[in-house]
Amino acid sequence: MIATRQLCTFYLDGHLFGVDAQTVQEVIRYQEMTRVPQAPLAVSGLINLRGQIVTAIDLRTRLGLKPRESGKLPMNVVVRSDDGAVSLLVDQIGDVIEVDSEHFETPPDTLQGAARELVQGAYKLEGRLLLLLNCEAAVELIAD
Amino acid sequence: MSNEDAELLKEFAVESQEHLCDIENQLLTLESQGDNMDVALVNTVFRAIHSIKGAAGFMGLSTLGGLAHRAEEVLNRLRNRELRPTSLVINTLLKAADRLKDLVDEIETSNEADVAEHLAALEFILTGESESTKACVSVVDAPALAAASPAPALYQPDIAVLSDEALREFLVESYDNLEQVERDLLILEREPTSESVLNSIFRNIHTIKGSAGFLAYSTLERVSHVTENVLGCVRSGQFGMDHEVSECMFRSVDAIRRILKSIETDRTDGSDPMTNLIANIESVQAMKWKAANPNSSMRAEKTNAPASVRVERSPTLPAPAAPVELPPSQPNATPSQTAENAPPSKSTDSAAQPASSVHGEGSAADSTIRVDVALLDKLMTRVGELVLARNQILQFNSTINDNALYSATQRLNLITTELQEGVMKTRMQPIGTVWSKFPRLVRDLAAICEKEVRIEMEGKETELDKTIIEAIKDPLTHLVRNTVDHGIERPAVRKQKGKPTEGCLTLRAYHEGGQVNIEICDDGAGLNLERIKAKAVERGLMTQDAVSRMADRDVGNLIFLPGFSTAEKVSNVSGRGVGMDVVKTNIEKIGGTVDLQSKSGLGTTIKIKIPLTLAIIPALIVTSDNDRYAIPQVNLLELVRLEGEQTRKGIEWIQGAPVYRLRGRLLPLVDLRHELGIAHAPKGLDDDIVNIVVLRADDRQFGLIVDRINDSEEIVVKPLSKQLKNVSVYSGTTIMGDGRVALILDVMGLAQSAHVVSGTRDRTLTDSGDRNDSNKALIHTLLVLGVGPDRRFALPIGQVTRLEKIAIDTVEHADHQEVVQYRGEILPLIRLADTLGVPSNTSDERLMEVVVYTESGRSVGLVVDRIVDIVETELIHLRPAHRIGLTHSAVIQGHVTDLLDLPAVIRMVDPSFFQDPINA
Repeated sequence: MIATRQLCTFYLDGHLFGVDAQTVQEVIRYQEMTRVPQAPLAVSGLINLRGQIVTAIDLRTRLGLKPRESGKLPMNVVVRSDDGAVSLLVDQIGDVIEVDSEHFETPPDTLQGAARELVQGAYKLEGRLLLLLNCEAAVELIAD
Repeated sequence: MSNEDAELLKEFAVESQEHLCDIENQLLTLESQGDNMDVALVNTVFRAIHSIKGAAGFMGLSTLGGLAHRAEEVLNRLRNRELRPTSLVINTLLKAADRLKDLVDEIETSNEADVAEHLAALEFILTGESESTKACVSVVDAPALAAASPAPALYQPDIAVLSDEALREFLVESYDNLEQVERDLLILEREPTSESVLNSIFRNIHTIKGSAGFLAYSTLERVSHVTENVLGCVRSGQFGMDHEVSECMFRSVDAIRRILKSIETDRTDGSDPMTNLIANIESVQAMKWKAANPNSSMRAEKTNAPASVRVERSPTLPAPAAPVELPPSQPNATPSQTAENAPPSKSTDSAAQPASSVHGEGSAADSTIRVDVALLDKLMTRVGELVLARNQILQFNSTINDNALYSATQRLNLITTELQEGVMKTRMQPIGTVWSKFPRLVRDLAAICEKEVRIEMEGKETELDKTIIEAIKDPLTHLVRNTVDHGIERPAVRKQKGKPTEGCLTLRAYHEGGQVNIEICDDGAGLNLERIKAKAVERGLMTQDAVSRMADRDVGNLIFLPGFSTAEKVSNVSGRGVGMDVVKTNIEKIGGTVDLQSKSGLGTTIKIKIPLTLAIIPALIVTSDNDRYAIPQVNLLELVRLEGEQTRKGIEWIQGAPVYRLRGRLLPLVDLRHELGIAHAPKGLDDDIVNIVVLRADDRQFGLIVDRINDSEEIVVKPLSKQLKNVSVYSGTTIMGDGRVALILDVMGLAQSAHVVSGTRDRTLTDSGDRNDSNKALIHTLLVLGVGPDRRFALPIGQVTRLEKIAIDTVEHADHQEVVQYRGEILPLIRLADTLGVPSNTSDERLMEVVVYTESGRSVGLVVDRIVDIVETELIHLRPAHRIGLTHSAVIQGHVTDLLDLPAVIRMVDPSFFQDPINA
C-alpha cells in the first residue's frame, strides 16, 4: 500500500528539505530578532510572534552547512513543538508537496555529522531529492 | 453575645442563602422534567435543605428548622418516586423555599414568624397528594409513607447517579470541615474548657456525619458518629478533654480524612470498615465516662449526649436580651409549631443580636462568589498581554505629539495598572492557608521527638500570589520539620540551660518593599558551627583551608549545600542529607532568597524573602552593546555613574580584576559585555562614562558595568524556551514596549559565572540588622550621611532620587541661593550643616556629596560631607527629637544617628518648595 503525506518544503544551501506539513504552524518573512549571547550556536535569537516569544533556530548552523551569505535574509518556518512554537530559519520557502512512501529511502551511511541525526531520509522526486527533516530532533538543543 | 456566635450565625446565613439560590432553578428544572426527573438533582435539593435544617436545629432556629424539615420530607418522597414533581408539589416547595429565604434574611425574628400556611401546604402534599399519586407509582411502601421521619438513612441513594459536581462539593466541604476540626482540636488542647471551640468541632463533625448518612457512606457515618458521641460527652461535661481524648479525636480526624481520600479516588468509603478504630473510640469514651461517673450506667448517657448540645449552649450566653420587636402583621407561632419545637427562649434571644450584623451587610450570600482558579489564571495572562500593549502604546506618546492621544493613553495607563492590581488581588491568598497545617505537624513531630514545642504565628494574613503559596508550601514544611527535629532541644537539655522546657517556634510574615519576608525562628540550641565545618570538610564540600577562613555567617549557610546533613542518625523526621539544598533551590526558583542566622545556645532564624507575584515584576532596563536586558528590581541595590576623572580614579585593579571603592568597601566589578561574551576584553573602563549597577546576589554585592541605564519598568515575565533553559545567566524573557524581546538577567547565575559568589568576604552591613533582639520593629533601609567630624544623619532611601558628586567650582548663585546646573535644570543646593547649625569639615575638598531629592518634578540637592552607608536596620532605641528638621534619634551601626525630616529641612530653606508645583 502506498501512503502519502504532505511535506512543507524549503531550501537550505541549495538542498531541498521538507517537514511534515502538519507540524508547521505558519511561515513568515524575516523578523527582527533579539540575539541571545551564551546560547547554543544554532539559536539565532528570539522573535515576538504576536505576544508569544519564539526561539529561532538557524537550520544552516544546526545542520552544519556553511553560513548564509550576508545580506540574504532567512524565512521563518514556525513549527509546533511540545515546548511551544519554535521558528526554523531557512533560505527560501518551497511548495507543499505530496510524497509517496514508495519513493522514500533512508539516508546512506556515508552521511555524516549533524545531518546524520537530523535527516530521516530522502524522497526521490523527479530530478531531485527531497530530504525529510526530523523536526523534533532539530529543535532539541542543549547549551554548550 | 460572643463574637463566635455572631460569626456562626452569619456563616449560616451566607451558606443558607447560597443553597436557597440554587434550589429555585433546580426545582423549576425538576418540574419541566416531569416523570423523567433527574434523581441526582433531587438529591442536590434535598441535601441543601437538609444542611439548612441541620444547622438551624443546632442554632436553635426552630421555625426555620421546622419548615426545612417538612420540605425535606416532601423531597424525600420525590426522591423515592413516591411523589411526582407536579406543578402543585413544585409550587409548594418553591413557596417554602421563598419563605425560608425570608426567614434567613430576618433571623432575629425567625422563631416568631408564621409558617403555618407553608407547613400546612407541605403537610397536604404529604398526606393528600401521596394518596392520589399512588396509582402512577410502581412501588409504594405504606409503612415508609407512614413514618414521616426525615431519616436520611432510610433510602440508599444510587452512588453512580450522584453527580460529580455534587460529590466534589461534598468533598470540598468535608475537607474544610475537617481542617476546622483539626485547628479547633489544637486550640482545645490549650484551652480545654472553651465551649465555643467545642461547639464548632461538634458542629463540623455533625455536618460530616449528616452528609455521610445522606450519601450512604456508612463507614464515614459510623466513624463520625462515635466521634460525635465522645464530643457530646465532653460537651455535656461528663468528662474533660484530656490528652487521651484529644489523641483519640485526632485519630478519628485522620481516619475521616482517609475515608474522604478514598471517596475521592473511587467513590467508595473504602473496604476497611474501621471497626478497630470505632471500638477504640468507644472504649475510650466508656473508660473516661466510667472514671468520671463510677455509679451510673453508660448507655443512656451516651445516646443522650448529642441531643444535649443546644441546651448546653445557654450558659455561655448572656441573660435574655430585651424582647425583640415583632412586626404587628406577624402573629405568634401556631400551636402545632410550638408543640414541635418549643425552643428555650434563651436560644431565641441568642439569635437575635448577631442577626442585626448579618442584616446590616445586606444579603451576605451576594458578596462572595466562587471562581475557578483556571479562569483567574487566564485573566492574569490576558492582563499581562494588556500591560505589554499598554507599554507599546505609551511609547507612541514620545514620538507623536497629540494631546488627545496623550490623555487617552494616560487613562489607558491608569486603568491597566488598576486592572492589573485588581486581578492580582483576586489571586492573593493569606499565608495562613499554608501555615494552618503546621500546628498539627509540630504537635505530632514534637511527640515523636519527645520534645515540647509551642508554635506561634505572626502575620498570618500576609497575602501572596496563589502560585507562590503553592511553591513555598513544601520548603516551609521542610524547614518547620527541621526546626522541631534539630533546632529545639529536648526538655531536659533546655532545663539544664535554664530555658523553659517548652521550645518556641515562631513563624512570622510581613511585607517589605514589594516582597514578602517569612521568618522561621526558634529558641533552640542554634547551629553547631564547628560540627558543620567538620562535616563540610568530611563530605568534601569544602577544603579545610576554605572552611577555616569562613565567617560564622557563611558557615551557617553551608547547610544549604547539596548533600549536607549533620544529623548523627537518620530519624524518620529529617536528616537524610537532602532537603535544605532543595529548599534553597525551590525558593530561588521563584525569585526568592534564603538566609540563615544562628546564635549558639539562643536559636536560629531562617529568613526567606520572596516576591509577591511571579507574573509581573518591576525591573531595571539596561543596555549593553545595543541590546536591552532586564534586571529584576529585587536584586538591585543602587546605581553608580562615574564620569571623566572619576572613571579613571574610581576603578582600580587587583590582578586584572576591576574593583570600585563604594563608600570605602571594595566592590568587585563585572562587565556585562564581557560576561555575555559579546566583547572579549573588558574595555569600556577607559570610557568617559561608566554605569555601574550595584547588585546583590546571595548576600554579596557586585557592580555590573553596562553601557546605559534606561529606566525602571514593569515587565511581564515569560519563561525561557527549552533551548535556553541551561543558559544560567538568564531567568526569563519579556517583551518591551516597542515589541522587541528582551532577556531577563539571572543575577545569581551571572554572579556565579563571574565567580562573585564563591568568595568568603563577610558583609558587615546585613549583620547590623540583627534580628535576634526581641524588638520586632520593621526593618528600614536608610541612607546614612556624615556631617562634620562625627555627626551622623539618616533618611529613608525611598526619599533619595540620586547620589551625586558635584565639583565645588561648578556651584553658581541664583536668588541668593547656591545652585548647580544639573541635567539641564537648575538644582538649588541646601547645605545640611548650615541649615541644622552643625559644623562642617569638607571646605577644602573639591567635590561635594549631594543627595538629590525630587518632588512633583522639582529637585533639590542636599549637600553633606560624607555618604556613610546604606543600611538595613531596625530602628531601636528611638528617641523623639525636638529640633525642626529631625524626627528621631536612633542608634544605627553603633552610632547615635539623627533621622532627618527631609521635607522640613527643605521648608526651612525654601518654604515654597512644596506649595506650587511647576506647571509644565
